[in-house]
Amino acid sequence: MSLDQTFAALADPTRRAILARLSLGEASVNELAEPFAMSQPAISKHIKVLEHAGLISRGRDAQRRPCRLETKAMDEANSWLEHHRAIFEARFQRLDDLLEEMKVERAKRKPATPKSNLKGVRK
Amino acid sequence: MNDMTLKPQGDHEIVVVRAFNAPRDMVFDAFSKPELVKRWMLGSDGWSIPVCTIDFRVGGKGRYEWKSPDGQHGMALSSEFVEIERPARIVHKEVFDGTPQPVESVVTSTFVEAAGRTTMTMVIRYPTAQVRDFMLKSGMEHGMGLSFQRLAGIVEKA
Repeated sequence: MSLDQTFAALADPTRRAILARLSLGEASVNELAEPFAMSQPAISKHIKVLEHAGLISRGRDAQRRPCRLETKAMDEANSWLEHHRAIFEARFQRLDDLLEEMKVERAKRKPATPKSNLKGVRK
Repeated sequence: MNDMTLKPQGDHEIVVVRAFNAPRDMVFDAFSKPELVKRWMLGSDGWSIPVCTIDFRVGGKGRYEWKSPDGQHGMALSSEFVEIERPARIVHKEVFDGTPQPVESVVTSTFVEAAGRTTMTMVIRYPTAQVRDFMLKSGMEHGMGLSFQRLAGIVEKA
């Protein structure tokens, strides 16, 4: 299982809907197919993708093989994104502050045109 | 208002988009002049960037070294500029120290200005989908990505 597969699996709206349904509790393929205007084989295909990505697992009951949510893959995908988002956001907030200072500096250097300082690109 | 987005794109890339309230030549300078880069590309929690040298021309090299507040931990990155189109676009390659084998990513940063605001889009491309996956996994296991080692410590404490 890879993060890549996780993100690819999450990119499809039908699969996200299936995950949303499973967050309420386990369900069989038939039960999952019900709300969708889709054949059972089509739903089964989505379920295979989700299973392959580690987002769901299937029960051992040979008849029903209920699907259930596996939260670990989802948690990993989220924690990775959150982690990097936090890093970049912290940096860019410092960059915001720096740019404000640079704008003040530029305005000082060009007192003749204080109102058009946003456009200035002259040296 | 200046919300950032960060997401995987395809199976090789990560894309970061962020707007800044400044003209793009200014943002471009902040991304390319070492005395300015030093001011914001730190880690939080007191991580400093004692070495930040940038030879900003095509084929020129960059070197970045970070240190933890107690001086006990460090990380470093070497880069090389591939394309420079002031003030619209920078393409550079980067390799982090300390990976078992050198893994090079290619980073394309573009700057688009509208009404005095600049939108920066950064596409980080890994050589293969496997490498990107490896980067992501090591990031999760260690609380920091090998490709983003410079910022170690931020999340550990969060």
